[in-house]
Amino acid sequence: MEDDAPVIYGLEFQARALTPQTAETDAIRFLVGTQSLKYDNQIHIIDFDDENNIINKNVLLHQVGEIWHISTSPADRGVLATCYNKPSDSKVLTCAAVWRMPKELEPGSHESPDDSSSTAHTLELLCHLDNTAHGSMACVTWEPTGDGKKVISLADNHILLWDLQESSSQAVLASSASLEGKGQLKFTSGRWSPHHTGTQVATANDTTIRGWDTRSMSQIYCIENAHGQLVRDLDFNPNRQYYLASCGDDCKVKFWDTRNVTEPVKTLEEHSHWVWNVRYNHSHDQLVLTGSSDSRVILSNMVSISSEPFGHLVDDDDLSDQEERRPEEKSQEPPQDSVIATYEEHEDSVYAVDWSSADPWLFASLSYDGRLVINRVPRALKYHILL
Amino acid sequence: MAAAAAGPGPGSGPGDSPEGPEAEAPERRRKAHGMLKIYYGLSEGETAGRPPGSDPLDPTDLNGAHFDPEVYLDKLRRECPLAQLMDSETDMVRQIRALDSDMQTLVYENYNKFISATDTIRKMKNDFRKMEDEMDRLATNMAVITDFSARISATLQDRHERITKLAGVHALLRKLQFLFELPSRLTKCVELGAYGQAVRYQGRARAVLQQYQHLPSFRAIQDDCQVITARLAQQLRQRFRCGPGTLTHPAGVPGLPVAVRLPHPPHPEFCQPALHRHLPPRREGGSGAPEQAECVELLLALGEPAEELCDEFLAHARGRLEAELRSLEAELGPSPPAPDVLEFTDHGGSGFVGGLCQVASAYQELFAAQGPAGAEKLAAFARELGGRYFALVERRLAQEQGSGDNSLLVRALDRFHRRLRAPGALLAAAGLAEAATEIVERVARERLGHHLQGLRAAFLGCLTDVRQALAAPRLAGKEGPGLAELLANVASSILSHIKASLAAVHLFTAKEVSFSNKPYFRGEFCSQGVREGLIVGFIRSMCQTAQSFCDSPGEKGGATPPALLLLLSRLCLDYETATISYVLTLTDEQFLVQDQSPVTPVSTLCAEARETARRLLTHYVKVQGLVISQMLRKSVETRDWLSTLEPRNVRAVMKRVVEDTTAIDVQVGLLYEEGVRKAQSSDSSKRTFSVYSSSRQQGRYAPSYTPSAPMDTNLLSNIQKLFSERIDVFSPVEFNKVSVLTGIIKISLKTLLECVRLRTFGRFGLQQVQVDCHFLQLYLWRFVADEELVHLLLDEVVASAALRCPDPVPMEPSVVEVICERG
Repeated sequence: MEDDAPVIYGLEFQARALTPQTAETDAIRFLVGTQSLKYDNQIHIIDFDDENNIINKNVLLHQVGEIWHISTSPADRGVLATCYNKPSDSKVLTCAAVWRMPKELEPGSHESPDDSSSTAHTLELLCHLDNTAHGSMACVTWEPTGDGKKVISLADNHILLWDLQESSSQAVLASSASLEGKGQLKFTSGRWSPHHTGTQVATANDTTIRGWDTRSMSQIYCIENAHGQLVRDLDFNPNRQYYLASCGDDCKVKFWDTRNVTEPVKTLEEHSHWVWNVRYNHSHDQLVLTGSSDSRVILSNMVSISSEPFGHLVDDDDLSDQEERRPEEKSQEPPQDSVIATYEEHEDSVYAVDWSSADPWLFASLSYDGRLVINRVPRALKYHILL
Repeated sequence: MAAAAAGPGPGSGPGDSPEGPEAEAPERRRKAHGMLKIYYGLSEGETAGRPPGSDPLDPTDLNGAHFDPEVYLDKLRRECPLAQLMDSETDMVRQIRALDSDMQTLVYENYNKFISATDTIRKMKNDFRKMEDEMDRLATNMAVITDFSARISATLQDRHERITKLAGVHALLRKLQFLFELPSRLTKCVELGAYGQAVRYQGRARAVLQQYQHLPSFRAIQDDCQVITARLAQQLRQRFRCGPGTLTHPAGVPGLPVAVRLPHPPHPEFCQPALHRHLPPRREGGSGAPEQAECVELLLALGEPAEELCDEFLAHARGRLEAELRSLEAELGPSPPAPDVLEFTDHGGSGFVGGLCQVASAYQELFAAQGPAGAEKLAAFARELGGRYFALVERRLAQEQGSGDNSLLVRALDRFHRRLRAPGALLAAAGLAEAATEIVERVARERLGHHLQGLRAAFLGCLTDVRQALAAPRLAGKEGPGLAELLANVASSILSHIKASLAAVHLFTAKEVSFSNKPYFRGEFCSQGVREGLIVGFIRSMCQTAQSFCDSPGEKGGATPPALLLLLSRLCLDYETATISYVLTLTDEQFLVQDQSPVTPVSTLCAEARETARRLLTHYVKVQGLVISQMLRKSVETRDWLSTLEPRNVRAVMKRVVEDTTAIDVQVGLLYEEGVRKAQSSDSSKRTFSVYSSSRQQGRYAPSYTPSAPMDTNLLSNIQKLFSERIDVFSPVEFNKVSVLTGIIKISLKTLLECVRLRTFGRFGLQQVQVDCHFLQLYLWRFVADEELVHLLLDEVVASAALRCPDPVPMEPSVVEVICERG
């Protein structure tokens, strides 16, 4: 049981950006970007040693500015993209760039450097995603199943598809689309669907969710008033191609079937303030993680709309023991959607949560005060899902 | 010792009865009997009289059968002292003497008795001899009498036979005479229309004629009769078919008994008034049913096949009843103005149901002999027509559903039900009464549904009124109808609607209404129908309607005016505290619920109402919080904080926020009580202000200016957070003003915080935030339960702004104060 205790790591600065190292499937590794206007910002590479429950960190300097968003290439472990604020006197502009981390920090060269050397590393700039014509970058998202060459970035009301060439050292704007309408339209968030051979992207602006086809850069569907207030984040169900989760300032998490967008399939209202982040577990899509500015992280079990709604069919030939049989019988009842756990380790608003890419039972959450918490799915539930 | 009386010596003989001088005691007598029995060898009584435990073979027992004097004496001598021996010797001598004298007396008495018995026997012998002689004489005399009697009857025999024969011939002749006269009589009867008489004659003669039809003369008579009878039957049938309207009675007064006007007094044997008994008295101007019945009766007597007659009778009755139904249907029809429902049921009752009653009773009298098959036919007939009647009634009642007048409806139903009781009793098999009760029940249910609809509509109407009142443009200076007033209006109007509905529905259970004692109306109607269906149903639907405002998709706030939410919330709360229990008690009193079926307890309903009130209020807080949040958010998001100028005054939006909050405070205060604050607030605005702006300010973000300690900011804020409670932003609210306002302000300030964190501030931007926050602090503390909360949130806002500022130079607190006071 001791293993289930959360592991907490503190950063010196405020932080909003968190991502797992997508291309890494062996080690549990998260990247956190800090926000500081006065000091050099950093990217902390957090390695979590599952067996010993120990955190190893490496720090990369990110001197160009405070990090608002961070994402990693699905193909190359060393490549990542950040959206950052350039400090300037009169104007705030958020730019995006693709970086490569120093070779020695890539996994494999596991001679973990001691803390004194940790400050020395710097990121190697691969290319800028030039946004001077388009405005502030809200986020960068990589083609999930691709070779790490396609990137979509959202800049104000533009959606830009980039082609990274010559081992990512050059970014060419392949195509773009923009949102026209009254007022200042601004994308807040976007996700690239892992289905449809990577041709679909969903974006959120204000209360609306839109689906785009990356081939023609045209709108596929549009969920008007998806949330009562601003939509903060989206995520695609990794196993059901039409299912989409969204969250927003109305404290709700909604699940949509993009084929029928008039009504959400399901609505959760567990948080007591804006929900900033929603994430499906990569392999068990009934597990949904949400982080909110009420300083809580909630792990929900959305069995009814998952790809395995009734759990695995268990051949219980070898289960002769009565005690083991009893929970088996209980599971025959149709499973209920439920909140599995509420994690209250954070003291400040939680702006980012994500699952580890290596261990499907592990996730990290990051609050504004720079506290990173690594938690596991409760063991009982894990075995319930696995067995 | 009683043993002395039973000297069982062999010489005592039969006379030795135990009637000694001491024989009065029954116990002693029994003992003596026992000894007599022993003496005579009756063994079964041998041990009866013995005291238990004494050995019957004991030779020392004086009374025992095996008494051995030697042994006894030996025993005495051996056991007893001399004095006792002497005593027993005297005792013994005395007893022996007494026994001797007894014996003597008995011998004398018995001897006398024996002599007198001998005398009596002798005398009896003499008497018997005399009697024997007399008996002999009597026997001889009797023999002589018998002889004489036999001779007399032998002489009279012959004449007696002749007389009998003559009498027989006379009777036969009279019958024959009747037979010969029969055709003419029948003709006469038919002419006169005295069908009844004719039928009786015919019926009487038929068997005879049948028997003697081989004789030509009888044959002729029979033929004549048959012809006449056929004509008669035909006439009867015709009359039967045509009904009374077309065929007038040939003999004028139809009511008189026909027999009076016959030329000859009818044969006594045919003069059976029995048939007349059945003819029911005619109703003046009534239908022809009695006459019909008479026809049928006569036809039956003529031996027409009963089954056919049944059918014909019913067919004819059907014609008449269908006419009634048609007329009823015509009343239903769209063209003529339909009479009111009471009139309608009256018509139906007197016309159709009355007719049906008559038909049924006549049928049952006439065709009683038909047995179950006939009854079944009638029942089917009644069922079918009754069904059509019910269908008509239901159609008419359905037209009534829309109207509001319950009393008329209940009276109509009462008549309808009452009317159908008679045929119901008459024709239990047709199930008319049950069907009628069912209709009444159905109507009652529908009425309940109608009233529920009415109540709902009334509630929605109230809501619309409130909306209009809220939306109506306020006259300057005048607040229009206040929320409290509106609430009172709504509450009283709904309550009066409920009471009106209860009163209307109550008519169904009034004592004088014929169906009110049916089990349905005593039990289910009261408990399930009125209490559950109407009252509980309405309150539930009210709650649901109210709750639906919370789930309305237009979350942007436009759909429902917040004041309406507030008002509904208060209404539900009032229901929870008082109205529900009042209404339910009222219901239970008016409808003495006898049904044992489970009903919704008051507490459940109250809990529902409370939950609704809570949800509405929470929603109100959310909506109002959202309005203010949006204002704050826009103001933060749209401003260019980097290049803003040095703050000169409080931004207008903050004043607006304070104004709106005050307005909300007033609005909530109209309906909800003040609530509890933390004690510290009273006059502390100045004090807390100074704390806020000087010491805490320094404590919070002064260290962050020193570039050497980036950790301190976090450390301090974290430590500070450790000691303050977590702020649950959208936490459930309580039912008081302070709680509501606290909720709204929490939401607004949290929004401000989150928005500030997303921006980057210049020096003056930070200062502007400082000024704004101070202004808010000045005015908002008084609304909340715990002003510490406002401080905390505002501190956090300023601290966050400072963090988001590359060049954080805070404004002097005194300047901030001045600006705020000026603004």
